[in-house]
Amino acid sequence: MDIWEEYTEKVLDHYENPRNVGIVQGANGVGVVGNPACGDVMKLTIRVEKGVIVDAKFKTFGCGAAIATSSMVTEMVKGKKVEEALVLSNKAVMDALGGLPKVKRHCSVLAEDALKAAIDDYMSKSKK
Amino acid sequence: MKQIYLDHHATTPLDKEVLDAMIPTFMQDFGNPSSNTHEYGHRARYLVDNARKQVAQLIGAKNPDDIIFTSGATESNNLSIKGCAQAKMTQSHKNIVTIAIEHKAVLDPLKRLRKEGVNTRFAKLDSYGVVDLDDLASKIDKNTILISIQAANSEIGTLQPIRDIGIIAREHGVPFHTDAVQALGKIEIDVERDFIDLLSISAHKMYGPKGIGALYVRRGIKLVPLLEGGGHERGMRSGTLNVPGIVGLGKAAEIARRDRESFVAFLLSLRRKLADGISRIDDVILNGHPVRRLPNNLNYAFSYVEGESLILACRGVALSSGSACTSTSLQSSYVLKALNIPDFLAHCSIRFGLGKSNTEEQIDVVLDMLEKGVKKLRSMSPLYDMAKEGIDVEHVKWSNEHKRVR
Repeated sequence: MDIWEEYTEKVLDHYENPRNVGIVQGANGVGVVGNPACGDVMKLTIRVEKGVIVDAKFKTFGCGAAIATSSMVTEMVKGKKVEEALVLSNKAVMDALGGLPKVKRHCSVLAEDALKAAIDDYMSKSKK
Repeated sequence: MKQIYLDHHATTPLDKEVLDAMIPTFMQDFGNPSSNTHEYGHRARYLVDNARKQVAQLIGAKNPDDIIFTSGATESNNLSIKGCAQAKMTQSHKNIVTIAIEHKAVLDPLKRLRKEGVNTRFAKLDSYGVVDLDDLASKIDKNTILISIQAANSEIGTLQPIRDIGIIAREHGVPFHTDAVQALGKIEIDVERDFIDLLSISAHKMYGPKGIGALYVRRGIKLVPLLEGGGHERGMRSGTLNVPGIVGLGKAAEIARRDRESFVAFLLSLRRKLADGISRIDDVILNGHPVRRLPNNLNYAFSYVEGESLILACRGVALSSGSACTSTSLQSSYVLKALNIPDFLAHCSIRFGLGKSNTEEQIDVVLDMLEKGVKKLRSMSPLYDMAKEGIDVEHVKWSNEHKRVR
């Protein structure tokens, strides 16, 4: 199996040229999900201003699909209201990438979980 | 784009000499070796006998008739294990002694036999995957019907002390089977010197064709056949002989023996270059034994970088990984697991399998891709950041495994 042929052009583009890699300066929401023993860990940092996600960056340890979904999710949430971002599903991330091989679908779940974790973190901090 | 093949443990390309030997067997020398009333049959019989000698010579078998042709090493392993268990039908509380890093073609038949009451006993391994001989000896008792231990491992290349195992087996009067597919042509094996009773061979792992293999069966070893009907191969494997495959296997065996020393020297020089290059990258851990390993094998964990993502970075290079993400089962390598290598590092592991067609230039290209790939992927890896801050990523309390497919 040639793993390059398993992925869509979009996935490969986001793997080769990942968007928004890093840690947001002055982040007010951080989500870390996954487990190195399972082969993937994603750290998503966001900066929310007046209920809008103004910046999002990621750092991911994982396969090509995990990197691509991380990159895509940062692109999709930037400029979105927190409530809109909360309903972003793993399916929407997958669709935006033109689909993922069946065995890689869990990577998009990881991306969704990381986003929810980052937003939860922001909400719990802003309540205080 | 030019491809670079570094997956020679999976399979090898056919040697041109092998192809040349096989070609006449398709249209010209197409006879059935079982036909003894005409020249077509006689010619085919001659070719098969010749191949039998070539295979026997590769493994030091004195009697060519002790070579049974099969469809490959999976069949040879199945025949050894199931055939041996069935031959001792009346004996109860049977057990077979093996190791946890055997190929699935050994482990799966053993699993099936367990349902039929034949126990499997696993001898201990050290952290390199080498069997503990004292523990092995202690696992053998009067109910042990077979010892099955591979000559070399296909993932980490670890070589087993085959002769020492053979001596222990002989002392206990237990037949010794070895799956030698990865070792042949690279390691000298002699069934007499090494006290081997059953030995599995595959053609396509040594520049021969796929779908053909052999089993060496020492005289006196009783096996119940898997396939019956015609009584070919001393009754141990019925079915019209695959003459093109057999001729190809014979030629491949002849070349493997003839060229072994120069081939090994070539592999070692290429491997040294690859290993030296990889040693320039930080936080890389060698899986398997530093010296007692196949001359064409390297297996490294590139810490903090997931294996599949690194294979993607080496575009055009055929590699395989211990990572779950390159397998359909989403399980990381059972071989690395058996050596107590943490799952995290198994996911970061890549296997390199060198072969005849590789060149120094190819190694340079691969090293360049690896260095750049590791650097880029680590710049994206949250684990690398943590490690640089002095956090031991293996012992952090991580959230549970994330949810699987919805």
